[in-house]
Amino acid sequence: MSSHSVATAFEKARADGRAALVGYLPAGFPDVAGGIEALQAMVAAGCDVIEVGLPYSDPVMDGPTVQAAAQQALEAGFRTTDVLRTVEAVAATGTPTLVMTYWNPVERYGVERFAADLAGAGGAGLITPDLTPDFAPEWIAAADAHDLDKVFLVAPSSTDDRLAMTVAECRGFVYATAVMGVTGARASSSDLAGPLVARTKAVTDLPVGVGLGISNGDQAAEVASYADAVIVGSAMVRTLLDHPDDRAAGLRSLSALTEDLAEGVRRGA
Amino acid sequence: MTADGVQDPTIDAYGADERGWFGDFGGRFMPEALIAALDELTDAWHDAAADPAFGAEFDAILRDYANLPSPLYLAERLSDQVGVRVLLKREDLNHTGAHKIRNVLGQALLTKRMGKKRVIAETGAGQHGVASATAAAYFGLDCTVYMGAVDAKRQALNVARMQLLGATVITVDSGSATLKDAINEALRDWVASVDHTAYLFGTAAGPHPFPSMVRDFARGIGDEARAQCLEQIGRLPDAIAACVGGGSNAIGLFQAFLADEDVRVWGYEPGGDGVETGRHAATIHAGDSGVLHGARTFVLQDEDGQTIESHSISAGLDYPGVGPQHAHLARVGRASYTPVTDTEAMEAMALLSRTEGIIPAIESAHAIAGALRDAPRLLAECGPDATILINLSGRGDKDMETALEWFRLGQPQGETGGEAS
Repeated sequence: MSSHSVATAFEKARADGRAALVGYLPAGFPDVAGGIEALQAMVAAGCDVIEVGLPYSDPVMDGPTVQAAAQQALEAGFRTTDVLRTVEAVAATGTPTLVMTYWNPVERYGVERFAADLAGAGGAGLITPDLTPDFAPEWIAAADAHDLDKVFLVAPSSTDDRLAMTVAECRGFVYATAVMGVTGARASSSDLAGPLVARTKAVTDLPVGVGLGISNGDQAAEVASYADAVIVGSAMVRTLLDHPDDRAAGLRSLSALTEDLAEGVRRGA
Repeated sequence: MTADGVQDPTIDAYGADERGWFGDFGGRFMPEALIAALDELTDAWHDAAADPAFGAEFDAILRDYANLPSPLYLAERLSDQVGVRVLLKREDLNHTGAHKIRNVLGQALLTKRMGKKRVIAETGAGQHGVASATAAAYFGLDCTVYMGAVDAKRQALNVARMQLLGATVITVDSGSATLKDAINEALRDWVASVDHTAYLFGTAAGPHPFPSMVRDFARGIGDEARAQCLEQIGRLPDAIAACVGGGSNAIGLFQAFLADEDVRVWGYEPGGDGVETGRHAATIHAGDSGVLHGARTFVLQDEDGQTIESHSISAGLDYPGVGPQHAHLARVGRASYTPVTDTEAMEAMALLSRTEGIIPAIESAHAIAGALRDAPRLLAECGPDATILINLSGRGDKDMETALEWFRLGQPQGETGGEAS
């Protein structure tokens, strides 16, 4: 397994007897340099793994918060190569860094070329919200050739057969979508997540992370009691969106949220 | 309706495999959360297609409620203008004024069979939204329609129609606030509501099974036209033509003729201001292979794979993707797809109105314009008996505001002598 894989971070968290904290922001938001700075702040405040989003024009799995940030990045001239620059800068901290992307930008860039450049930038691999393993032979081959993590999603609606098929193709961890719905912070976490994690763990030894809807330390603690990782995106994005004219204040708010979540994953163990 | 596997094998050569692949195109690029629902829909559709009772009920609804089959009409005065014999498939006479009623009644009947109580739909110009609201009213289903804010403003009358029919219309402000964003929002709704909601997809695009299923609900267009043509002129046409946005009316016509290799298959794409201007929606002609809304197909996209906004005077053709079977037919050479500009389409709209007393939808006018342009070639190849069958997919009432502006209509053109001063 490559030194960049998320596996090392998960092993370390497991050795500490706690869940890992995975934090997400789209690249290029509020701009490329600002995005790198924000992601590095998340690392400093306790994220174990970083997910860098690749802004896309038609993000069907994202709610209004992530959509707004991605649209802002695209309007500011975001290019696919910017996500690779971002990965390089964040991975240099030593924290495993994944890219979360809709499929078309990768297909357009060239699957093999993207895999090679991602590996070259020190990236850990890809999370693919609209690509399932049964339609991903090209990505699976490229990821294997470049020693990259392949994180596919499972959902409460996944059948047992599909769960087994999906986890068999995952490397790094399995991403469990806790709610039936798009990204976005929710007041209460879902009662679908626990059973889904249990079903997933029954068919794989890989770590299972839970995302969609988690916005504070208490929710993180609750999820950490049954999952191997707590994945937070929209709430992170929200801190920056709430301070459009004061980046320093946005970063302080982002760091405070990350610390609260990092404390939560330790409490929930 | 015919069950999979019992169709003419030659027709299947242009169809999808069991995973939704039309050659290199199609497939299912979707969030895992929706896969179970798409599988459920595929199974329900196959099951229904194999059930004679479902087919009989669908046929009866189309006949008694939607005014089908639509006539195949020999347009003599238009034929004189075009230079070859023109047969028009009069889908403009259907209930709600376009071919789209076939697809929504089929999908809504399937929804009822699946026991779901709520339907959602996206709409661009509002035609599919109106058709969906109509079908929902007919079957007593709860209906929500997503519509881009820009489109909703352009098509306020259709918003009112949907509301009168009992549907809830939700406007979408994200992205370009047009059809593609309405699809995104409908998919977001569906991810959260899939256990009790069916998505009535408006065209033969999107993830498997929609491209094949929508085609099969619309294929009555071609099945009827083929039989009517044989009956009326004793042979098949030399060419068939239709406009192609997402491509449901076109594939509904084409499917019945694909095995008739002597029949030329012509699709006309919205060329907007002209393909060279970059302001168009000629996806097959000028787009590249990519993944949009769940299928690999031709897509208008920039060099990073971000979707480019499309442009057409016809809202119903204004979409940056196209159904994957059309992409496949283009790649294997069974059908040709060429652009028709806004100007050509509007001229054809006026021509059909004046020669036949039929005001076509601007979408359908693209097919008339294309046929007009390609008729000399057909005449040269087939001689004076050359015949083209064109799908007149919808009527033009909804487009009068555009026509009014384009042709500067509505001004008095003369006056009777006023009172002496």
